[in-house]
Amino acid sequence: MITAALQEREHYLNASYGIKSWLLTKDHKRIGLLYLATITLFFFLGGAFATLIRIELLTPQGDLVSSETYNKLFTMHGVAMVFFFLIPAIPATLGNFFLPLMIGARDLAFPRINLLSWYLLVIGGLLSLYAMLAGGVDTGWTFYTPYSTSYSNTWVIATALGIFVAGFSSILTGLNFIVTVHRMRAPGMTWFRLPLFVWSTYATSVIQVLGTPVLAVTIILLFCERVFHLGIFDPTRGGDPVLFQHLFWFYSHPAVYIMVLPAMGVISELVSVYSRKPVFGYHFVAFASVAIAVLGFLVWGHHLFVSTQSLYAGLVFSFLSYFVAIPSAIKVFNWTATLYKGSISYDTPMLYAFGFIGLFTIGGLTGLFVAALGFDVHVTDTYFVVAHFHYIMVGGTIMAYLGGLHYWWPKMTGRMYPEGWAKLSALVIFLGFNLTFFPQFVLGYLGMPRRYHVYPPEFQVLHVLSTAGASVLAVGYVIPMIYFIWSLRYGKVAGANPWGATGLEWKTASPPPAHNFDETPIVTHEAYDYRAVMGEVEVG
Amino acid sequence: MGQLPLFPEQASTIAPDVDHLLYFLLAVAVFFTVGIFGAIFYFAVRYRRRSEQELPNPVHGGLTLEILWSVIPFGLTMVMFTWGASIYFTEARPPSDALSLYVVGKQWMWKLEHMEGQREINELHVPLGRAVKLTMTSEDVIHSFFIPAFRMKQDVLPGKYSTLWFKPTKAGKYHLFCAEYCGARHSGMIGWIHVMEPQEYQNWLTGGAAEGSLASAGEKLFEGLACNNCHHPDGSGRCPTLVGLFGKTVQLAGGGMVKADEAYIRESILRPQAKVVAGYQPIMPTFQGLVTEEDVLRLVEYIKSLGTKPEGSATPSGVPVSQGNPAPKGTATKGVPAPKR
Repeated sequence: MITAALQEREHYLNASYGIKSWLLTKDHKRIGLLYLATITLFFFLGGAFATLIRIELLTPQGDLVSSETYNKLFTMHGVAMVFFFLIPAIPATLGNFFLPLMIGARDLAFPRINLLSWYLLVIGGLLSLYAMLAGGVDTGWTFYTPYSTSYSNTWVIATALGIFVAGFSSILTGLNFIVTVHRMRAPGMTWFRLPLFVWSTYATSVIQVLGTPVLAVTIILLFCERVFHLGIFDPTRGGDPVLFQHLFWFYSHPAVYIMVLPAMGVISELVSVYSRKPVFGYHFVAFASVAIAVLGFLVWGHHLFVSTQSLYAGLVFSFLSYFVAIPSAIKVFNWTATLYKGSISYDTPMLYAFGFIGLFTIGGLTGLFVAALGFDVHVTDTYFVVAHFHYIMVGGTIMAYLGGLHYWWPKMTGRMYPEGWAKLSALVIFLGFNLTFFPQFVLGYLGMPRRYHVYPPEFQVLHVLSTAGASVLAVGYVIPMIYFIWSLRYGKVAGANPWGATGLEWKTASPPPAHNFDETPIVTHEAYDYRAVMGEVEVG
Repeated sequence: MGQLPLFPEQASTIAPDVDHLLYFLLAVAVFFTVGIFGAIFYFAVRYRRRSEQELPNPVHGGLTLEILWSVIPFGLTMVMFTWGASIYFTEARPPSDALSLYVVGKQWMWKLEHMEGQREINELHVPLGRAVKLTMTSEDVIHSFFIPAFRMKQDVLPGKYSTLWFKPTKAGKYHLFCAEYCGARHSGMIGWIHVMEPQEYQNWLTGGAAEGSLASAGEKLFEGLACNNCHHPDGSGRCPTLVGLFGKTVQLAGGGMVKADEAYIRESILRPQAKVVAGYQPIMPTFQGLVTEEDVLRLVEYIKSLGTKPEGSATPSGVPVSQGNPAPKGTATKGVPAPKR
C-alpha cells in the first residue's frame, strides 16, 4: 500500500521526465544528483590512477609503467581527487540537496546560478579530462614552478584551465549558499537553531568565496609565464619560484578546510541522530567551524618550512598552525561527549561517524607533528605527509561523505539501502584504509620521499602492505556503488523519517516534492530536540 | 624483500634531537588516540540503544569541560611549538668552524664540490665528527637535498643559494634523496653520503685527482673571462676592487647598502646592473650564459680567498685569508692577479 502511494505521489523525481528536464533543471535536488553523478565519475577515475600507482609500487624497480607515466598518474590522481571530487563532494552534492531543506527553504537563492555552477564544473572537468586523454600532465597537483612553467612538456595549460573554470563553480556555489542561509531561513529558524551541517557549510562557503579567486589569479600568472614567457616565477626570467608556493598554498591550505569542514558538519548530524541527543556544546561546535575558516587563511607558510622562507616567518606559521588544532580538537571532544548517556544505534551512517572521528583524530594529531618546525624538516615531502593528509582527506572527508550519503539516501531516493551490505562495506573500508595508509607513516619517517617511481629495496615490505590495503579499500568502495544502484529499484521503501531525526528535511516526504514543503515550516525548537520528534517516529 | 626497517639510522647530532621530539609527539598522539577510541568504544557499548522508544536526557554542554579541553591541548601544542622551533633554529645555524662544500643540483644529478677541488657526482665524502656546511643552488628546477639518517632536508633553488649543515656522528654510507619533485627521473636523483674516519677522509682527499682548489680554478676563470681588466686589486680600475670585498657592507649607487655575501656576488656576475657600487658606472656586461653555476661558485670562492682586508689598503701581497671567514682552510691561494701584465 505504501509502495502504491509512493508511485502515485508527485515528487521531484517524477515531476517531469526526459533528459532536458534534468539538464535544464533549476531544482537544487536534481542539481545535487547531477553533481553526485559527476563527482562519482571523477572519484572512480582518480581511484583508477591510484590503483595503478599502488600496483607499480609493489616492487622497488619501475616495471609496470615508465617514470614519465608514473609522474602523470600521481598528478592526475591528485587533480581528479582534489579539484573534481573532494572540493565539490559534500557541499555541492549533499549541501546542494539538503541545505535548502534543512533551513525550510524552497530552493537556493539563485537556482539558475546553481545550475551554472554545475555546468562550470563539467566544463572544467572536461578540459582536465581532455588534457589527461591527450597525453596527461606531470607537474604534481601542486604545479610548482619553474618546473610547471618552463620545463614540463605536458598538458599543463589545459589542466590548469580546467581547474580555473571549476574554481568558478566553487565560488558561485559558495556565494549561493551564503545568500541562501542569510535570506531564506524559514520563520523561527534563528542562527542558533540551524543544524550544525548548515553552520559548517556556511563557513566553507566563506572560504570558497574568499580563497578560490586567489587560485584563479595564481593560474593566470602561471599561464602568463608558460605561454607569454613573462618573468614571474622563473628566476632565469627574473621571477621568484617561491612566490608561486605562497600563492598556491594561500588557496590550497584553506582548500583543505573546504574539504573537511562540511565533513565535520555531516558528523555532527550523524552523532546526534544515532545517539538521540543534541550535540554537546552546540555553540562551541558552531563557532569552531567559523574559527577554522578564519585561521585556515593564516597558516599557508607551514608548507614552506624548507623552501628558504625566512626563519621567523617559519616561526609565525608554525605557531599559528597550532591555533587551528584547537577548534578541531573541540569538535572531536564534543562529538565524543555527545555519546555519553545517549541511546546509541549502530546504523551504517553511525559506523562511518565512528570511523571518521577515529581517523580524523589520527590525521589531526599527526598534523601537530608536521607543524613542529624541526620535525617537519625531516618528514616534509615524504610519505609521512602523504599518510597525514590521506587520513584527513580519505579517512575524514570520504568517510563522512559516505556516512552522509547513507544517512540521507532514503530522503533522496525514497528507498533504504541494504543494511547488512552497508555495514560490511563500512568495515572493509575502515580496515582497508588503515592498512593502506598506516604503513606510510613508517615509510615517511624512514625517509621514503613522495612521488618516487623507483625506490630503495628496503622499503618494499611496507609498500606491499600499503598496496594490499589499497586493494581491500577498492573493494570497500565498489560495494556501496553496487547496492546504492540496486536499492533504487529493490530497496525497502523509506518513510519520511526513518531515523527519527529532527531536521526539517525529515518533516517532508521521501523523496521530497519538487517544491520541498507543502507548507512553509515554522520552527519553534532548537536543533536536535528529540522530545519533539519522538511522538511521530515511524519505527521500522 | 625481506628487510623491514621500522626506524631510520641516527647518524648526525640533530638526529637524536628530532627523534626525542618524535617520542614526545607520539606519546601525546597515542594518549589522545587511545582516549578517544576507548571513550567511543565504551560509550557505544554502554549506552547502546536498548529499545526504540528510548529518549535520553538532552545535555547541552558544560563550560568547564569546554575550557579544559581547549586549554590543556593548547598547552601541549605550545610545548610542541617551542621544541620544534628550537630544533629548527639549531638546524638553520651552522657552527662557524664548519667545513664548507658546494652543491649544484640539476635534472637529475647532484654535483658536489670540495674546496680542495675534488668534484663528485651523486656521492659525497665527509669526515666523521666535523660539522659540514653545504651552500646549494640549482641549474634548473627546484630540488631538495635530503639525508634521512641526518634528519636534514633543504630545498635547492635556481637563482638562489640555500644552506644546510650537519655533523655526522657515525661512519657509514647513507641515502641522499631529492625530495622535491623535479621531473621525469626525480626518483633517480639519488646518491650516497659517505661518512669516513678523519684519517681515512684525509687520505681520500689527497688521493683524488683534483686539479687544484676551487679558488684557484676561480682565479683561472677570473683571468680567462678578463675580469681583471677592470677589477684591479688596488681599486685603480674602472670597477671596484674585489680585494677584501667578501663579508663587507657595500654602498650602492642610488643609496642603499648590501652585504657582500655569496648571493650578492652571484647576482653581480649574472645581473651586474642590479646593484651597482656607489661611485662606479654600470658598465659591466652580464655573464649569464657564459658561466655555469659551478663557474660562479668557483669565482665566488676565489673572491672569498681575496680576504676581507679593508678597501683602499695597499696592493695586497701574499695570501689574505681573513679571520672569521669559514672558507678554504689549506687553500693554496696564490694571491691576486696583477693589475695588468
